[in-house]
Amino acid sequence: MVKPSLFLWGVAEITAASRSPLSLSLISHRAPSERLLFWAPSKMSCRIAQIHKVSSHSEVYEPCDDSFALVDALLADRTNLLEHKPTLCLELGCGSGYVITSLALMLGELPGVHYIATDVNLHAVRVTRETLQAHNVHADVIATDLASGLDSRLAGLVDVIVVNPPYVPTPDDEVGQEGITSAWAGGVDGRAVIDRILPVVDKLLSDRGWFYMVTLTSNNPLQICRQMKAGGYASRIVVQRSTEEESLHIIKFWRDSGDPMCKKETATLKKTSSGKVMDSVLSQIHRLPFWKKVESND
Amino acid sequence: MRLLTHNMLSSNIKGVINGFPLGIVVEKVIEKPVEMNPDFLKNMFAKIEWKALVDASRSMGYTELPEQADSSMLDSVDFLQRFHHALLELHLEEGALVCPETGRKFPVNKGIPNMLLHEDEV
Repeated sequence: MVKPSLFLWGVAEITAASRSPLSLSLISHRAPSERLLFWAPSKMSCRIAQIHKVSSHSEVYEPCDDSFALVDALLADRTNLLEHKPTLCLELGCGSGYVITSLALMLGELPGVHYIATDVNLHAVRVTRETLQAHNVHADVIATDLASGLDSRLAGLVDVIVVNPPYVPTPDDEVGQEGITSAWAGGVDGRAVIDRILPVVDKLLSDRGWFYMVTLTSNNPLQICRQMKAGGYASRIVVQRSTEEESLHIIKFWRDSGDPMCKKETATLKKTSSGKVMDSVLSQIHRLPFWKKVESND
Repeated sequence: MRLLTHNMLSSNIKGVINGFPLGIVVEKVIEKPVEMNPDFLKNMFAKIEWKALVDASRSMGYTELPEQADSSMLDSVDFLQRFHHALLELHLEEGALVCPETGRKFPVNKGIPNMLLHEDEV
């Protein structure tokens, strides 16, 4: 997500193609029965949203590195999500619909999951609906600012929240504008909207809820994790990715209440290369190397 | 928009105290059959405002929900099927949601409620 909307289809397609090795390497960590399913072409094609089926509009942010990183994070955590059996899943700022559609597809085998997606951009909610329909999955889509209108009745009910916020540092007066600007303009340090999102998430997330968010290094993800920790949340980085333009972290948060799934969270931590943020986050919680998870699953 | 989501949505206009439930103005309702999941229904039942669901489903032309319901009824397949149909299979495709306090209409087009507020409502 770079400030000017310069992303071309070519960029997106190259990135999409480069995703295959990750998907392949992940699948080898799964149970044999699931591995067989993966190799069936029909199953392979419906695991996540297909770029050519994602609808578009000149005022809607197209899937790019940050979107792919978030979907990769969800894919990397898919086995956990399937065991977690969420009832309500919510995306704030659904844009093209690529992420919520991918989530619905990758959890498609779970019965009784309800998806809700919101965006402040009227073009985006329409494009999201088209993307969902093109993949034959359903989410209720609402044009609203974050979760405005949902936050009282939906408080404490949402099991999974995914957010790719407008994280690009900009002058504050660029925040809150209409159209595609709302997809990237993040104010000072890119934190203006993120800082509004965190309390909303805290209100909506169920006790066992999981929250996945894209952050840029400039957003000071370490400080975000500390702030969330003060509110009772543990966190880990699911995917870390650097491109020519930016360095992204996809962080997962959950209430650190010691329930079994939280303990499982601790046991499935991925050992990742060093980095100030990574080290700091991991130093807060007990961890096991990723390869232990691989062994146990195989 | 399914009635499950309607049951979770309130008027978000600044100063409105009783913003739930939103009234429904129907222009077009569509039905999309989905597989029933009893566990989901049993899980959601406690979180649903029953009267709001009954009134909303009536606005949508479905009158088969009992006026009152309690959790013992979840053992009845017949009840579950009606609950399932009202909650998850009826979609408000075109119309509006109405703030119960101010009467302000939030348009619904192509199944998408527009809850975006004007500047003087935020």
